[in-house]
Order: sequence, then C-alpha cells, then structure tokens
Amino acid sequence: MKGISFGQYYPANSIIHKMDPRFKILVATAFIVATFLCKSAVSFAALLGIGLALIFISQIPFKTIVRSIAPLLFIIAFTVVINIFFGTGEQLLVEFWKIRIYAEGLWRALFMFLRIFVLIVATSIFLTYTTTPMDLTDALESLMAPLKLIHVPVHVFAMMMSITLRFIPTLTEETEKIMNAQKARGADFVSGSLIKRVKALIPILIPLFSSAINRATQLADAMECRCYHGGEGRTRLNVMKWHASDVIYMLISIAICIGLVLLNQIQLGYVMN
Amino acid sequence: MSEIFIHAKDLCFSYTDEEGREENPALQNFSVDICRGEYVAVLGHNGSGKSTFAKLMNYILEPTSGELTVNGLDLLRKDLSDEEILDLRKNVGMVFQNPDNQLVATIVEQDVAFGPENLGVPREELRRRVDSALETVGMSAYAKHEPHRLSGGQKQRVAIAGILAMMPQCVVFDESTAMLDPGGRREVLDTIRKLNQEQGMTVLNITHYMNEAAEADRIIVINDGKLLLDGTPDEIFAKRDVLTEVGLEVPQCAELIHALRAAGIQIDGNTISSPEACAELLQKALNKRAK
Repeated sequence: MKGISFGQYYPANSIIHKMDPRFKILVATAFIVATFLCKSAVSFAALLGIGLALIFISQIPFKTIVRSIAPLLFIIAFTVVINIFFGTGEQLLVEFWKIRIYAEGLWRALFMFLRIFVLIVATSIFLTYTTTPMDLTDALESLMAPLKLIHVPVHVFAMMMSITLRFIPTLTEETEKIMNAQKARGADFVSGSLIKRVKALIPILIPLFSSAINRATQLADAMECRCYHGGEGRTRLNVMKWHASDVIYMLISIAICIGLVLLNQIQLGYVMN
Repeated sequence: MSEIFIHAKDLCFSYTDEEGREENPALQNFSVDICRGEYVAVLGHNGSGKSTFAKLMNYILEPTSGELTVNGLDLLRKDLSDEEILDLRKNVGMVFQNPDNQLVATIVEQDVAFGPENLGVPREELRRRVDSALETVGMSAYAKHEPHRLSGGQKQRVAIAGILAMMPQCVVFDESTAMLDPGGRREVLDTIRKLNQEQGMTVLNITHYMNEAAEADRIIVINDGKLLLDGTPDEIFAKRDVLTEVGLEVPQCAELIHALRAAGIQIDGNTISSPEACAELLQKALNKRAK
C-alpha cells in the first residue's frame, strides 16, 4: 500500500506536462464543449484524430489510457446499445421480431462512442495524467479567485482539497491496519452474501471514523500552532507562472475547437441533430 | 541567569465540560520560571498535566487564573488581540506527538513553508527559510518527497523544520518522540540538542521517558497538576524515592547506583544522569576499594 499513488499522474516530459495547469483546465473545458457541439461525420472524424494526436503528444502509453476507460466501458456499451436498438430513422437495415435497426441508429451509436471516448481522453490527458493533484488544486484556487468578490470561500475549499489529498494515503494505511486487526479476530470480509459483506465493513468504518475525527482535532491544533488564520495575507512558496507558450498553446487549442465546430458545415455522411 | 522567557505563578487551569462547568483542575498553583536558552524537560506520568502546561504556552488553551507571561506577553489579559496571539505562536512553536497529524501538505517543502506562508513572509525569504530549516534537521535531500513515504523519525523532523521556518525563540515538544522507534527518537533528540546548543533556542521537552529527560539541563516534574520537583537531572535522580512514589522510575544507571548505596557500598559523587557518568563513579569506587 506504500506504493499508492493518488490520482493517475503519469510522470513524463511532454509539452502538455509542462503547460501551466490553469491553462490546461481552460483547454480541457474548451474541448469538452467542442465534443458536444460536433454533429457531422467529418467533425467526428477530426475529433478522433485530435484525440489520438493528444495521446501521442502527451507521451502516455495507449495501454494506460485504455485502462482508464475500462471502468466506463459499461456506460459506453449501454449508450451504444440503446442507440443501435432504439434509435429511429428512415433507412431500415434489419428487422426481426420487434427490433428494428436503422442506419441512423448505427451512426449515432458510433458518434456517441467517439464523443465519450474523446471526452475521457481529453480530460484525463489534460487533467489527471499530466497534472499532479496538488497542482490541480492550486490551479482551481487560482482560477476561482474572482469568486472571492462574491464571498465564496475559495481558499477554504482549496485548503480542504489539499488536506484531503494529504490524508488519503494515511487513511488508506489505517484502513488496512484496522482490517488486519479485525481479520486477526476472525472477521470475514470476503465470503457470504453481499449484505453480509457490507455488514462486515461496519466494524472497520467505526474505528476509522473515530480516528479520522481524532486526527482532525490534532491537525487543527497543529495548524493553529503554525499561525494558520485563513487565506488572508498568506504568501506562497510556489507561485504558478504562465509563459507565452501557454497562451499560444491555448489559442491553438481554441482555434482547433472552433475548427471542429465549423467542420459541422461540411454535410458529408450522416449529420446528427 | 539570563532573561526570563516563561513566567508562571500560581497558574491554574481547568478543562470545562459540555455544560461549561469546570472539572478537576489540570494544573494547580503552578509556579515556574524558565529562562531564554534553557533546555528543560517536563516529566510526569499520563494525566499529570504536563501536556496541558505545554498547550498553555502558546495559548492553544486559555489559562484559568494565576499569572502566566510568555515572551513578555501576559496571557491572562482578557483583551489579547489576534496579532498578539499570532506573534506568540510564531515565537513559541510546538511539535506534537503524532507526526502524521501535523503535516498539512503533500510535498515536504510545501509543508515546511506552511507556517511562514501564514505569516505572510515574502517569497524569496520563504525559499531561504525553507531551505535552511530543512538543512538544520538534515532533511534537505527529501525536499520534494511526499511525507507519507518517510519514516516516523523523518516525518517528525519535517514537522520540526516546519516550526523552525517560523523562526521561533522557543520550541515546545509535546511527547514528540513517543510514537517513534529508537532510531527515530535518537534523530529527534539530536535535533533538539542541536537547536538548543547551536541556535540558543529555548527548548521545552515534555516527555515521560527518563533517559530523554536526562539529556536536558533542567528537569521539572509535574504530578497531579502540581510542581513536584525542579532541578538538574542529577538533583532529580538523587530523589529516587519521591519519583517512585509518583510512579516514575529513575534511569537504569541511576537505579544501579541507588541500589549499590542501599546495599551499603560507598559511592562518592552525584553525577548520575548519564550512563557514562555513572560508569565513572563506579570505577572510582572500585579503584578505591582495590586500594
């Protein structure tokens, strides 16, 4: 459990890794919007090309990406099946019993698949794979800074997030210890019905919660001792600096996104409405 | 001696229960003066009030009555401003027992920077302070590591660095070695000694380990919220009976000297706080016998 790495950060030295995390969040958002605005076969083909290009540029092995999609396979399969069997259209391809499969349904299923695929690839490449959780937290705090004007406690949220990240490995280790202690006294977590197994988790959760609350009180004391008094007047050791290249990459990305949407105008093949 | 840093006179403290009633006092008429640059060990068994005493030092707990002045600030004044309290906490750093529950950030150097960041120290200065604090505790090589991958002793040294980066005048160690293995304990104790000797920092080490207390220049023994003994380790360990009565044991070497004396063997001298000193006394006694 020592080797636990939270998030999916994949260390490499690509252009995307070096980008300012704030710009990465913006670019990822632009891509998400663009994937939802794609309608025509041409723009979806371009979208797929961009998704593959991103994988190539980020230097993350294709296998790693596929692994991250696996947990979502069910949702993808579900969407595809729904679209194939329940989509309606004009071009009837197959009809047996009560099921009718239309060409439009197949197209739509393919587009939905591409949409979800690129969505996952783009967000995970820009956010989780190439950015450490800590950088991501800092970037969010920095991007949400204007919200302070309407009294949103941005700093508090960021602090909570970074403390959560800090304590994930600690609490994971603790869970393991408690489980081992319970196992040593004959607890069984692996056999029996689902309900039985869920019930077996209660003796783990109670000590875990009580220890987490204990830790929280002690941490609060320690933070007070280190003069923590909210976000006001705080300075930072590491300040994020953006470079001209970040702006250029962002402009290129946004141009690509706009291009994707414009490709909708080429009405070649099926166009989704 | 030099200037008084902590002055307590007839200090009392009681925890209050949920309804605001005062429970049995944790500290009663406690009087002690600690000077700048002293290395003091505070001894006592569990529940003796020694941790309470530590927490009063930087106003994590509010004293109930009596007198308490730390670094020139009267802690019984009712109108203490936030700035005064922050300044006190900046000057009296505290290291707790569980290293895991003190570290805030996911990267060592960012954690060390946490204190001075809160104080609004400018960035260039921050960098310098973090680097020098990590160097003092010998953890420079781990600046970019994740705290959860470090050993207990290393984590505790990072926690100490986090306090040092605030540039305090005094550091209170509240049973900071209790959860460490012997190796980790040694690392922390060496760091404590270094701070006291090389930087002239006032050190309060709250502990229930006798061997650890023996390393201090002065020992204060607390029992049931009251000051029981106050003196150099040699003086304290000479009062073996008083310590035994309150459930504390003298270090093994001192125990040996006491036992030999009780058996009627004459051993001169009273430096019994370290094994080396005890061995010397024994050697002298043996030589004398041989003659």
